[in-house]
This record gives sequence, C-alpha cells and structure tokens, in this order.
Amino acid sequence: MKFAVLQFPGSNCDQDCVHVLRSVFGRPTELLWHKEYSVGDADAVFIPGGFSYGDYLRTGSIARFSPVMGAVKEFADNGGFVFGICNGFQILCEAGMLPGALIRNRSLQFRCEHVYLQTATHDSPFTGQIPEGKNLRIPIAHGEGNYFCDDETLQSLEDNGQILFQYIDAEGDLTDHANPNGSRANIAGICNEKRNVGGMMPHPERASEAVLGGDDGRLIFQSLIATLKTQPPLA
Amino acid sequence: MKAKVIITPKRAVLDPQGKTVQSALEHMGCAGVGDVRIGKYIEIEMDGDRETVEAKLSEYADKFLANPNIEDYRLVFED
Repeated sequence: MKFAVLQFPGSNCDQDCVHVLRSVFGRPTELLWHKEYSVGDADAVFIPGGFSYGDYLRTGSIARFSPVMGAVKEFADNGGFVFGICNGFQILCEAGMLPGALIRNRSLQFRCEHVYLQTATHDSPFTGQIPEGKNLRIPIAHGEGNYFCDDETLQSLEDNGQILFQYIDAEGDLTDHANPNGSRANIAGICNEKRNVGGMMPHPERASEAVLGGDDGRLIFQSLIATLKTQPPLA
Repeated sequence: MKAKVIITPKRAVLDPQGKTVQSALEHMGCAGVGDVRIGKYIEIEMDGDRETVEAKLSEYADKFLANPNIEDYRLVFED
C-alpha cells in the first residue's frame, strides 16, 4: 500500500502529511512535485495544506492547472482515492472534483484553533473507522474555509450523504456559534458522489499523535488504510 | 488591445468584505449606503481583433479567471 503526497510551490503541510503516513502508520509515501505527469504506483493521493501559488487569484485556482493535477484527475476518474486537506480541499473544489467553493471566512479573520467535528456519514473511505458517536477535536488554520454551494448542491450533498464532517461545539451541538468560518450547514468536509474523492478544512495530520495534544486525526488516515486493505489496487 | 475583466461575487454568495466596508462607511457617517460588493479587476493586454480577444478571454474567464460557483464576470474592451 503506497501513498503519494503532492507538493506545490507554497504547500506547507506536505511534510506533516508524509510524516504521519511514513512514521505514524509506517506506509511507503512519495512526495510528488507539481510538475510530475503521473501519480506513479500510489494507491491513494493526499493533497496537503498550504498556500499554493500564494493563494493568488483564488485559493487553489492556479494549482489545479498544474501537470500533476491532470494525473490526479485521471487517477480519481479511474476510482483512485484522493483526499485534500485545507488548501488541498480548496484545490479539489477549484478543479471541479468536489462540488462548491471555499470563500473568505465570514469574520475575515484567519482562524487558527482547535474545533470539534461530528462525522455526518461513516459510509466513506475516509470515515469508516471513526466510532459512532465519537466527536473529533482537530485544529483548523485557514482564512478561506467558508464552504459555499448553491441550494440545489447542498440538497444533493445531504441526499447522497456526501457531507463527511460538520463543525459542532464542545458539547456536541451543531450551532452557528460553533461554525468558525460561516460554512453552509457547518460543513467542514465532503466527498464526491462516487465517494472516492474527499476533502476537509481541518488538519488531521496535525492531530495524529498524542504528543501533539490529540490524535483524533489518526482515525481519518486509519479509515483510508482500512479501505485500501479491503479493496484491490487499481489496474 | 486592452481588455478588462470585472469579477464580482454572485448575489447569492455572502461577501464578508463587502459587508465590512458597508458598515465602515455607515460608521464614518456616509449616508444612504446600500449593498457593497467587493470583487476583482484584471487588465489584460492581448493581440488580435475584438472578436477574437473576446472569444478567447471568455473561454479563459469561464475556466480560470472567475469561478462560476461563486462569481460573475464581464469583459470591457479598450482599443
């Protein structure tokens, strides 16, 4: 089981992601520069956080046209697993691989803090191992994490169970106050209709070791690893 | 030819920057301020006649310069 982590000019969570996959989970992981035209023999691709291309024009808007994203799209179209964290989520939305867009936080502030998340569906490769009823505590660090989509898209996300995570408060209630950025329906993460592409604004790679103050993020990596164990690799 | 691309947030999209500027204007005593929307303005120099430039820029605005999920745009031309 091999992983690839993309690296764009301006990515800054790529090494954290590689560290978790290699050192915490002991999985061979390759760092893929944005100029690559192939994802190689990876079984799953992570698109890490950061500020690719300085967030110029719109977050993720330039990265999505890099050569490696062509390969990632083809990989996903063939059923490959792709997960975007923070800027990675923004890039996947810009690429049209996930619906909607991430816009400026309603507070206009860059929010850097721990948040609580509820898992809205366990029926995905990214959430399957999260125990029922377990709320996750994971940090966010973003200025543009305000998930927006039109009413019709929101309805289809709900109908198809594509919402992965929603912001809640410490008591587990889904309230407007618990929403750190103004996202519609408190959305913190979603997947596509085929359920092989997912993205989230919070950083599970920063919460995968107890020494960092919490390891709830491990469950997301663990879910994907468990999925890959039961699914044959792509031909 | 010089083309100008004017990009604005769609009506349905919350524009927190616009809201903040609107309330700042009100606080400063600027009477009668209504909705404020903040977008982007891009100037592009491009060779070709107007029709060609318009066709090309529309294509690239649709897929790159603006995000149709959240933004509208219009093109203005200067000879």
